[in-house]
Amino acid sequence: MVQAVISGNYAQAYAAKLARTQVVAAYPITPQTTIIEKIAEFVASGQMDAQYVKVESEHSAMAACISASALGARTYTASSSQGLLLMHELLHWASGARAPIVMGIANRSVAPPLSIWTDHKDTISQRDTGWIQMYAESGQEVIDSVLVAFRVAEHEDVLLPAMVAEDAFYLTHTYEPVDIPTQDQVDRFLPPRKPSSGFRPGLANRYGTFIGPELHMEFQRKVAEGMERVPRVFREAEEEYERITGRNHGGPMPTYRTEDADAVLVTMGTAATTARSVVDVLRKHGKKVGLAKIRVFRPWPVPEVRALGADVDRIGVLDRSFTFGASGAAHTEFAAAMYGSPHRPLVRDFVAGLGGRDLTPPMFTQMFESLLSSEKEEVSWVGLKRRPEVTVRG
Amino acid sequence: MRSYETLEDLPEAPLATVLSDIIQTGSWRTFRPVVRKEACTKCYVCWKFCPDVAIAIDGDGYPTVKLDACKGCGICAEECKPKAIDMVPEE
Repeated sequence: MVQAVISGNYAQAYAAKLARTQVVAAYPITPQTTIIEKIAEFVASGQMDAQYVKVESEHSAMAACISASALGARTYTASSSQGLLLMHELLHWASGARAPIVMGIANRSVAPPLSIWTDHKDTISQRDTGWIQMYAESGQEVIDSVLVAFRVAEHEDVLLPAMVAEDAFYLTHTYEPVDIPTQDQVDRFLPPRKPSSGFRPGLANRYGTFIGPELHMEFQRKVAEGMERVPRVFREAEEEYERITGRNHGGPMPTYRTEDADAVLVTMGTAATTARSVVDVLRKHGKKVGLAKIRVFRPWPVPEVRALGADVDRIGVLDRSFTFGASGAAHTEFAAAMYGSPHRPLVRDFVAGLGGRDLTPPMFTQMFESLLSSEKEEVSWVGLKRRPEVTVRG
Repeated sequence: MRSYETLEDLPEAPLATVLSDIIQTGSWRTFRPVVRKEACTKCYVCWKFCPDVAIAIDGDGYPTVKLDACKGCGICAEECKPKAIDMVPEE
């Protein structure tokens, strides 16, 4: 193991290199660009034996990745925001073709107004594409999650693509100490992919063939079943990763100080770091609060969510994006999972930190205090700048 | 060729083991390209531009239209420099 001070984006690049990725097809976009620049450097200097396909758009990048992955190559790409949206059509093709591509995502807001800062709208907009979605809190989680993602995606019971998301700048461009696993450790964890069963030299086959109503539904069900097997395969992969590297980030939804909590806040991405420090401060003041962190958003961790909801009466879900006309996506999912449970905690939605707005300790304190005192099942936009109300003095 | 009836029969991915040229799309055609050999210079621009790979080259080196696949889009006639391809209405 080598400890290095690297950015979240470099953690993505090192993971792709250690995984012995064979094909990379990518297009630059802020704040993802340094991932694929670092990989280009690895390939150019001979440190990485991969074919690096330069393309004219993200749509083409994903098309090239699907072809490479369908042929059996270990395939990686990275994107963000508008670039990810341009890929949208091909994201469905990737999961439908059962191409286990791994993609690094720099979570960035979606225009308009144009913004390059942290927001989860780009990946939340892709939640129905059949991709596994993981969200990282630290550089260490990035490198470990990408390696686990390869193993889960390529598992014969899954065969689905996976994205590993990291918050723009808070993680993509923040340098912190990361334990980089050795090549030998990664080789033991991630053996070469098996050759494709569908394609081999001399055999003419094709993907994406036209199909009528008589079997289209059954192919959708195949993807659904692949996704249903992810929780087991993910758990096994993390256990194996722990045996080899000594690290395990705690499953799809790790919790912190939730055992006797009166109120718990559920977060995704880097928000967890600040929230955790606020939990410690509030605990010192006698407030029983805790934290849960969604690491795997797709498939949604229903058993973990229900276990938390069975123990805690007040749950706040922090959404760093908003689904117009409903509530934030994580809130919707959390509430839906609890509806099938005999336990019915209060589940509130906090919409905050959009477009790179900093999530500060006072904001988390405000969320916890509101959660402990209010019974209202409402959606609250935290930190919204409003003109002060005019009070008329009598 | 295998036939698929149920979920359990299906391969993981929608993989077809026959080529797409078995699907004959020529019946969609309203206009049929007809090559006038006396005007053709064998430049093969028509072959290069055909989006359906529906133009073959015959034994004498002249382009010939594969009517099972040609949808009659007319791109070959449009691109032909010596105007050696006529688009003739199908009966």
